[in-house]
Amino acid sequence: MSTATMTQKRSFGAALWDYLTTVDHKKIGHLYLAGGAFFFLLGGLEALIIRIQLMFPNSDFISAGLFNEMLTMHGTTMIFLAAMPILLGLMNAAMPLQIGARDVAFPFLNALGFWLFLFGGLLLNLSWFLGGAPDAGWTSYASLAMYSSGHGVDFYVAGLQIAGAGTLMGGINFIATIVTMRAPGMTYMRMPLFTWATFITSVLILFAFPALTINMFLLMFDRMFDAAFFNVDLGGNTIIWQHLFWIFGHPEVYILILPLFGLFSDIFATFSKKRLFGYTAMVFATMLIAFLGFMVWAHHMFTVGMGPVANSIFAVATMAIAVPTGIKIFNWLATMWGGSITINSAMLWSLGFIPSFTIGGMTGVMLGSSVADYQYHDTYFVVGHFHYVIVGGTVFGIFAALHYWWPKMFGRILREGLGKITFVLFFIGFHLTFFVQHFLGLMGMPRRINTFLPGQMLDTGNLISTIGAFFMTAAILVFVYNIIVSARDEQAPADPWDGRTLEWAISSPPPYYNFEQLPLVRGLDPLWVEKREGNGKMLPGEPLDDVHMPNGSILPFLMSFGFFVAGLGFIYQTDSKLWFLALYGGMAFALGCMVVRSLKDDHGYYIKKEELQKALDREAK
Amino acid sequence: MRGWLGKTKALVLLGSLLLLLSGCGKENLTALVPKGYGAQSSMDLIVLTTVVMSAVFLVVVLILVVVLIRFRKKKGQEDFIPKQVEGSVTLETVWTAIPIILVIIMAVPTVMAEFDLADTEERDDHRNITVTGYQYWWHFDYDDDEIQTSQDLYIPVGERVYLDLKSEDVLHSFWIPSLAGKLDVNPENVNTFYIEAYEEGVYYGKCAELCGASHALMDFKVIAVSPEDFDQWVDDMQSFDPEELELDSVAQEGKELFEANNCMSCHAIGGSGDPLGPNLASFGDRTRFAGILDPTKENLVDWIMDPDEIKPDNKMKFDNYPEISEEDAGKMAEYLMELKPSEITPDTVPDLASE
Amino acid sequence: MSYDESLFPEKLPHNPEKATLEGRNKFMGLWFFLGGETVLFASLFGTYLALKDSVHTGPTSEELFGLPLVFLMTVMLLTSSLTSVYAMYHMRNNDFKKMQLWLGITGLLGIGFLICEVYEFAHYITDYGFTFRSSSFGSAFYTLVGFHGGHVTFGIVWLITLMLRNAKRGLNLYNAPKFNTFSLYWHFIDVIWVFVFTVVYLMGKVG
Repeated sequence: MSTATMTQKRSFGAALWDYLTTVDHKKIGHLYLAGGAFFFLLGGLEALIIRIQLMFPNSDFISAGLFNEMLTMHGTTMIFLAAMPILLGLMNAAMPLQIGARDVAFPFLNALGFWLFLFGGLLLNLSWFLGGAPDAGWTSYASLAMYSSGHGVDFYVAGLQIAGAGTLMGGINFIATIVTMRAPGMTYMRMPLFTWATFITSVLILFAFPALTINMFLLMFDRMFDAAFFNVDLGGNTIIWQHLFWIFGHPEVYILILPLFGLFSDIFATFSKKRLFGYTAMVFATMLIAFLGFMVWAHHMFTVGMGPVANSIFAVATMAIAVPTGIKIFNWLATMWGGSITINSAMLWSLGFIPSFTIGGMTGVMLGSSVADYQYHDTYFVVGHFHYVIVGGTVFGIFAALHYWWPKMFGRILREGLGKITFVLFFIGFHLTFFVQHFLGLMGMPRRINTFLPGQMLDTGNLISTIGAFFMTAAILVFVYNIIVSARDEQAPADPWDGRTLEWAISSPPPYYNFEQLPLVRGLDPLWVEKREGNGKMLPGEPLDDVHMPNGSILPFLMSFGFFVAGLGFIYQTDSKLWFLALYGGMAFALGCMVVRSLKDDHGYYIKKEELQKALDREAK
Repeated sequence: MRGWLGKTKALVLLGSLLLLLSGCGKENLTALVPKGYGAQSSMDLIVLTTVVMSAVFLVVVLILVVVLIRFRKKKGQEDFIPKQVEGSVTLETVWTAIPIILVIIMAVPTVMAEFDLADTEERDDHRNITVTGYQYWWHFDYDDDEIQTSQDLYIPVGERVYLDLKSEDVLHSFWIPSLAGKLDVNPENVNTFYIEAYEEGVYYGKCAELCGASHALMDFKVIAVSPEDFDQWVDDMQSFDPEELELDSVAQEGKELFEANNCMSCHAIGGSGDPLGPNLASFGDRTRFAGILDPTKENLVDWIMDPDEIKPDNKMKFDNYPEISEEDAGKMAEYLMELKPSEITPDTVPDLASE
Repeated sequence: MSYDESLFPEKLPHNPEKATLEGRNKFMGLWFFLGGETVLFASLFGTYLALKDSVHTGPTSEELFGLPLVFLMTVMLLTSSLTSVYAMYHMRNNDFKKMQLWLGITGLLGIGFLICEVYEFAHYITDYGFTFRSSSFGSAFYTLVGFHGGHVTFGIVWLITLMLRNAKRGLNLYNAPKFNTFSLYWHFIDVIWVFVFTVVYLMGKVG
């Protein structure tokens, strides 16, 4: 609390420097959230433009070329630059607190991951101002991506390569943190489900992203250095791209949803005042979903012509995912059954998630039936399906998480009335927009078309869909307003929701060292255990002593900037050899920062015992 | 936002479902009213999976509604602490086992249909047609009959027709929703499948894989005619010679302009060989020009004068032919619309019954 | 920069690389990183296998590869893995000088490997005209083997930096984990080479 007020009193410059150099997981969480929110608004704007273009047949609101750029950037932005960073932000904000740690295993890498994401995202979006954005779809299938003129696809490659590296670092960091830094007594099977989900998601990131990295390299070599991976005339094969893309891409879908499965588990337990039903089953169901997630990539390729054997295997594997997902849905319902349910904004989003996501899941199984998929594939049915999963699951979850953790992250409680208005508007808009798209697809509307002809009975559905998009826009505006007005509300208490997990055991927002003494964990839902035992707060798990903290550093920012410049060099060296200066210069600068980092000893610093004692005394009062 | 939330939602969903099912889309475009073997196989599985999954959905929503009605926090019992249940082996086994059974129910027919549709052993007993995808048009080569068409695919009704798909540039996907599901058109290999139409009619076909700026406009038609008519059409096509057409003076002038303006370097009229642009042999019979335009002279003139305006990024550019005055374009249009090799045209095909 | 006495005790414990939380974190972190690297190389291997016969008009793998040189490279890299084990053995016994010696040998073997690889590539390019751009096989070959070579290069730079930086300071709890993680990384490159040798060279020559 003292740090929060201090931050406000300091000058803007000092606060900026603080955020540029921070290695504190909570501040990095803020940064991720801010960056992700920015790109979310951008991606939302692109979505709105897409929907306006498709509102009526033969519309010419935007040109065909620009439309393809819009749909590519909408998908790419939402997945890589909005949803993922916001999730990483939530993990950063909550996970170390939930396991009772003072920070993450690699604070420096954590900061580097964020800055790489931000510079990667900026590089990608710079393409709008430098001759056109990528236009081959977020999947950027190789043959079209090879044919795409201009530098759009090059920006896609360079931007995602940089942002992807950042994500990979985040993943490794979280795994190591959870393995080595749990508080005394916090065994694996006492971890909150959100922490479990973070752990498993990070494993997915670790094993999925390298496939994307390689794919990006192959496309980069082909486009910028005349290699022949996808050049059919020299023996290349564009289907390699599809395989590698989906070996990454399918686990990516689970990367987007699993953290929120964890979050919903925490929310349902908290607001039903009941322990999570079937904790063990929930953990193993999550693992099973993650594992199967790597086994089903080719269901995105049923129409590629892989033959009946491959199609059948992937079809059955895909349907099998319904089993662990079903376990989860029913365990959530059973958690609420017999509980004492409080319905507030966080809970509303969670309750809205259940039917919405179930629809996404059921269309998922329907898509898994390969022969039926011959009709669904690449149509608006698929568009409807994955928006039900990603919006109905991920976005609903992100809103639930924001309402739930806002007090912990920023010390303010978002206003309930506005929160409910946001939910209702968004919920209506969401179903209006996407439900009808399933039918549009089956009625013969392929995805990624910039216009449709009149007289094909696609008009009404598209109009309804666009109207829904306006509802969602309105909801987002209300939410932004909510953030602004609630900033002036009073300080949130440490435990506004009668919480069960460790993050609610410390003040809102927490001090920069999180815990004066690491807490002693005596069961699942540790805070709840202590409340029932009559302690009301956590017992210390270690004697009061000096606390070791890492030093801040500007190097992550500089290093990312170096890669950003090198990325520009890679993109433009095909035009002029002079750009090799930027390529090598940027690389050298980034590597130089790395060398500085490894040559300069950085032992961190200690917070003295006395200072912590003072904080403890203040709390006691 | 209380218990009524779930109920309202269910009602809204059911309502919109009924609304949409009452109109299943355009009869020659929708996958919901199958008119061919592949589309029927897909539709059977669509119905099966929809029914099974909807049942699951209803159970979930039902439980959710009950939970929200019965277990809200009660007035006067704010301090009530519910029993902290760890789980239930019986219940959890039930909701693991039932989905497994449901998955098996859906998986077995899927695999059977998959192998059925992928069967190409009998291809030699049937008609084979090579389909080539170009940025943004389709070409059809009737291997056995040595004739070609572009944009319009003629097939006999009630017979399997095997299609060999390949792409000359980027990835496309070949889709005739009413007749069969789609199959990708790859640049590096030939994909083969078969279609079989149950009813005579003109069916809409579309490219389903993003292939560039005019992806949305890469439409084609499948004209399913009776086997007798099909044979007649093949004969007509084979004997068609554009040189023997009887043209009025305007069309004759148009023909000369067509030759003078380098059009022949891309567009063949009949014949065989690999094309650079669509084959114009049956141009006068097309239901759409350039895949999307109503077949009027005005539209054709607009197209000849500025194709890029209508189909952005297509390969018909002024680099390849000189700029053409509106008057000349009109004459050429007159000529092209005379290219009607056969009495069997989309107009002679009966309209599909709409359901 | 504050100074942390606890990192420089009078007498180092056995296994100094795992004495601190930071050390354990580094070790864990690198293990996970290598898990990701496995997928990275698996993707490259998959691509190579798909394209190895797409030689266009260029030479095939049978015409190109000569096993004696590749065998020499394999011996060098495998030996360097062994010498890095010796180095770690001495580190655990707190014998800094012997550790540096064995690390030095490791580095030299790695450099020897790289020289052979550069010679090999130059030979293919000048004598066969077999380049990165000549066919899909060429692209896949140079990318896969080059990625491995790049990893070796990075490892050597890392090793030299570590050795020079700590040459005068001796072993402590701050730098011991760094040596340890390097050694782990080096083993990994070695394992990858075994696969490169088998899949690219042996199968290319025989299969």
